[in-house]
Amino acid sequence: MIPVLIAVSVLSFVIIQLPPGDFLSNRIAKLQLEVGTPAAEEETEALRQQFGLDKPAITRYFIWVSGLLQGDMGRSFLYRRPVNTLIWERLALTMTISICSILLSWLIAFPIGIYSATHQYSFLDYVATLLGFIGISVPAFLLALLMMFGAYSFFDVTLMGLFSPEFASAPWSFAKIIDLLKHIWIPALVVGLAGTAGTIRVLRGCLLDELGKQYVITARAKGLSERWLIFKYPVRLAINPMISTIGWLLPTVVSGSVIVSVVLNLPTTGPMLLEALLTQDMYLAGSFIMLLSTLTVVGTLISDILLAWSDPRIRYE
Amino acid sequence: MNRRRQNESVESFLVASQWRLMWWKFRKHKVAVFCTGLLVLFYVMAVFCEFVSPNDPRERNSGFIYAPPQKIRFVGQDGFSLRPFVYPMKGGVLDENWIRVYEEDKSSRIPIRFFARGDRYTMFGFIESDIHLFGLEDGESLYLLGADHLGRDLLSRILYGSRISLSIGVVGVFITLLLGCLIGGISGYVGGVTDNVIQRVIETIMSLPKLPLWMGLSAALPPTWSPLQVYFGMILILSMMGWTGLARVVRGKFISLREEGFAMAARLAGATELRIICKHLMPSFFSYLIVSLTLSIPAMILAETSLSYIGLGLRPPAISWGVLLQQAQSVQVLAEYPWILSPALFVVAVVLAFNFVGDGLRDAADPYK
Repeated sequence: MIPVLIAVSVLSFVIIQLPPGDFLSNRIAKLQLEVGTPAAEEETEALRQQFGLDKPAITRYFIWVSGLLQGDMGRSFLYRRPVNTLIWERLALTMTISICSILLSWLIAFPIGIYSATHQYSFLDYVATLLGFIGISVPAFLLALLMMFGAYSFFDVTLMGLFSPEFASAPWSFAKIIDLLKHIWIPALVVGLAGTAGTIRVLRGCLLDELGKQYVITARAKGLSERWLIFKYPVRLAINPMISTIGWLLPTVVSGSVIVSVVLNLPTTGPMLLEALLTQDMYLAGSFIMLLSTLTVVGTLISDILLAWSDPRIRYE
Repeated sequence: MNRRRQNESVESFLVASQWRLMWWKFRKHKVAVFCTGLLVLFYVMAVFCEFVSPNDPRERNSGFIYAPPQKIRFVGQDGFSLRPFVYPMKGGVLDENWIRVYEEDKSSRIPIRFFARGDRYTMFGFIESDIHLFGLEDGESLYLLGADHLGRDLLSRILYGSRISLSIGVVGVFITLLLGCLIGGISGYVGGVTDNVIQRVIETIMSLPKLPLWMGLSAALPPTWSPLQVYFGMILILSMMGWTGLARVVRGKFISLREEGFAMAARLAGATELRIICKHLMPSFFSYLIVSLTLSIPAMILAETSLSYIGLGLRPPAISWGVLLQQAQSVQVLAEYPWILSPALFVVAVVLAFNFVGDGLRDAADPYK
């Protein structure tokens, strides 16, 4: 866990440092044009001091990391504000969308997967398989675009943003949360659909394995009703792999929500990260990448703990 | 008579090689076979895109800005003709809603010909010609999928774009294969601490959200680079994150196979480690590698498309499917000129085909089951 986070921080720092002409050096170059004015020289010197530009990269890395540990992520040049003040609400919304989309994809995948397994090779099973394949093949941004296009040309609605206009800049309140819930299902659905297809396949496969086992035959021989029999044992066993796959579902979902937010212009990390990258506002971009990765790693850890809790057969030594 | 034939078929099944068995099993998956054909067609068109596409994809035509797709017709006002034809388009003026309106001029018809002469091109850098697979008889531009905001033919642009979009998957997968086999092989064969370290690294990379990292890395590509350099840079970035899955497969297979009897026999017979790996271990899990590779090509194609779409990948004048889709960012434009979205159909078709082929290969990969 800790080594992973160190690796992530190095990677984010490399990304911050990579662009040859970053915002800071542009700014310094601009300031140097006004040489002679003492204010300009002073500001250049202050910037150099603050970011340790005269020191080697390793030193700068430690300056950045120690700042990070104290909750100081540097300044955004674009917004002229500390990164801290910009980032948290957007991160929280990204994570909300990610979690909602995982929940939503399970909600869809459960009934379909169970139906597919219990009615193997039926017509609807084939339909579900085909839809699953299409779900994997249509990239999230395209799906978002199609939904937006459909809503605009058939219902004359613009599917953009996460809030109604009157709530967009309002402070958080109960009404605003309700408004959020009204809007969030669209991005959550779009992001979750790719995962849904995979989850259906996994659930169907596991359930098929379980249904062939002897305890099912025994239960059936004892005259248990079919519905009770399926839900009581095989389904419970088949659900385990779904919890264990959160680990790889979460990175996909976070990636998906970033790009879907760009397309739908949601007030989450996506558009701001893109903007920061395009304008080379690297401290903002680096902090986003660092925090998104950190949260994903933490989420994976939580899913491991959940798995150990839900399945007594798995215990870490 | 009948029994003899049956015996023969059983016999041929028993002596058939692994590859032959796999082919027989793969053939049963009809959808996968069809999709293989489709992919071959797409790749052939991508290789010969100059010849296949009816127009020059970079030629701007101010008279056909956002022109709609032309319909291929056999039946017109003056009866049926075996040779397909189109009506010439007129108009292109903005109406009161600032939308361009075109109408067909039904008085004259332009026949479509195979091997028609049109825009000049140079294929592979040395074949110069002006003969296209099909085109209009009078050498004018044919807009089968409509035109974009500069009046360029969308079909030709999609065909040229397929060269970049489709090859990025293949070249990227090749690098993925190298990295995955090398690192996974070392991890599985050496074992011990090396294995442990490599596995932790793989887990780290797998637990990171890829897209933000890809975005960060491709934003770091210098803007002064030529499209070709950006193209290879993108491939490198995409495969740097993509090798982990493959490395896991390779490692798992190595660990289970290196203790098998035939590996031990080769070792006792004095074969070098390299020979054991290349001659005995690799072929026995090669089929799994192919499956894994087939399934990672579409992921690469999608990644390139997504990155180019949001403007962090390839940039115009390079033509790729993602670059073409950049035009479709505004819903208002999309609602008026929906054919701008047609590159997406190609993306989905190719990715779907790859997934089906991978599915068929996975069923066929272990023919002894």
